[in-house]
Amino acid sequence: MFPIPIQKRPLINRISYKILVPVSLFVWLIPLIGIMLTSIRGLGDITAGNYWGIPSEFLLFSNIKDVFQNTPMLSYIINSFKITIPTVIGAVAISCMTGFALASYKFKANLFIFFTFIAGNFVPFQILMIPVRDLTFQMGLYDTVTGLVLFHVAFQTGFCTLFMRNFIKALPNELFEAARIDGTSEFNIFLKIVVPLTRPAIAALSVLIFTFIWNDFFWATVLIQGQHAMPITAGLKSLNGQWVTVYHLLSAGSIIAAVPPVIMFFLMQKHFIAGLTLGASKG
Amino acid sequence: MGWFSTTPFLNVPNSTQITYRKSSWWKLNQQRLTPWIFLFPGLLLFLVYVIWPIFNSLYISLLQWDGLSPAIYVGLSNYIELLDDEYFYISLMNNLKWLILFMLAVPIGLGLAIFLNQTIFGIRLIKSLFFFPFVISQVVIGIIFSWFYNPRGVIGPFLDKLGLSNYAILADENFATYGIIFAGIYPQIAYCMILYLTGLNNLNTDQIEAGRMDGAKGFSLFKNIILPQLKPATFLAIVVTVIGSLRSFDMVAIMTQGGPYGSTNVLAYYMFETALSEYGYRMGYGSAIAAVLFTIMMFYILFFIYRMYQSEKKGL
Repeated sequence: MFPIPIQKRPLINRISYKILVPVSLFVWLIPLIGIMLTSIRGLGDITAGNYWGIPSEFLLFSNIKDVFQNTPMLSYIINSFKITIPTVIGAVAISCMTGFALASYKFKANLFIFFTFIAGNFVPFQILMIPVRDLTFQMGLYDTVTGLVLFHVAFQTGFCTLFMRNFIKALPNELFEAARIDGTSEFNIFLKIVVPLTRPAIAALSVLIFTFIWNDFFWATVLIQGQHAMPITAGLKSLNGQWVTVYHLLSAGSIIAAVPPVIMFFLMQKHFIAGLTLGASKG
Repeated sequence: MGWFSTTPFLNVPNSTQITYRKSSWWKLNQQRLTPWIFLFPGLLLFLVYVIWPIFNSLYISLLQWDGLSPAIYVGLSNYIELLDDEYFYISLMNNLKWLILFMLAVPIGLGLAIFLNQTIFGIRLIKSLFFFPFVISQVVIGIIFSWFYNPRGVIGPFLDKLGLSNYAILADENFATYGIIFAGIYPQIAYCMILYLTGLNNLNTDQIEAGRMDGAKGFSLFKNIILPQLKPATFLAIVVTVIGSLRSFDMVAIMTQGGPYGSTNVLAYYMFETALSEYGYRMGYGSAIAAVLFTIMMFYILFFIYRMYQSEKKGL
């Protein structure tokens, strides 16, 4: 155990540690606490400069109602789901297959393809921007949810393949061999052995990709123009321009945007962290 | 390769020979073809949407093109123009500032992880709350901080006390970039922290105990025994931090849009602004900026791949 467990330290250390942890947590979360406090305030507090004091009115719900009534926030959220969920399903399904192919078959181009997926995953978005936008235009999918989803699925396939391949590679190969000797076809090996065994990896990837895509802003800006397909990140940005002074509404909007990934994170915390750090034991 | 010999070549009635041959061809080649069938959808999408666009962008960087009228081939003149572009240098310098300051996220994340690697009541929840900023969209982080910095916003009362009333860091061309980097590093610290927490969890206890028996304590224990074991976590933390620092688009777009006077531009945002905004549709010039950014990133990608390749060779 490193550092030495606090329980083995003198009493004074233990007490100060227990005080220090919540204090540092509070300091760390000050920006977030600030925005939460603001989201429950009324315009009166904001104009009076009461940012840190006790809110004179509790208006969280009315602020949220305001946001939904006076802005297309609801349609932004629906669009975010319409973009995020198909992307998660598509990218995970496709990368189960690519991951399996790269993990359990030996062929010449194997490592080359694997490294291509990894390299592509790290590429700066800007080098893809113009051709992808053009391509989407030509397919008639510019400014549509479908166009954005297609790109997201393709791009996330890189990271997902890296992840799935390493996971499947760590499964005992004897399982596949035994099934082959029993005459199981390769497709059934995939469906009946690999997919059930990779469930934890599928869960981890799903939460991660959900968060990545939900939070995407760049591609939403490049491939979407109108409100009808705009996800919440781009929507918030456009509200940010209109609402420079109406911070209590902007704060409420930000909180609404943050809720789904935060819920996802707390529900699937173990998987989320396993997903983020899988590479930490590999590297 | 035992399953090949189990293919039954005998006892096959003549009438079914043709169908049998088909399935036999499939059976014989199943091992060789299956990976390609599984790879097909993913590889196709990836080639169309990621690999081909890279080369296409490099080609567009040799054109003069507004996206609508016919493109004119101009050779390297976009790159030559870059050499004299003041805003390009400002962006490049800002990228450097991002890169250097972002690296602080690695030691700070390590420090936080060590600080929190205890088992007291509620520590799991505390760790998750520390990790919180990483889960939230950068757009939201950007909004939070723009408002945090606003002299008539949250920070206002503190500024008044410091005698800096009405000081807006995001409007100060000398310091605005640092204001954005500070906001950007916030979630990055959380990310590094979680990587190190996992690393600390996987430490080899025997080695630590042995080290302690030998009298290693405090910093020397940390430096000689802990840090080497955390190497995989450090490697990953550095990789994701470098990449995060070069993907600074979201923060800049939300907080300043490159201003004041272009002083907070970074290559990622400057490229977007050149190619796709009210400042004009200069696809060729934008692509040249993207190509520079790509080249910088390529060093890290190749370094990462080299490391992966080394560990693959060990594994095989």
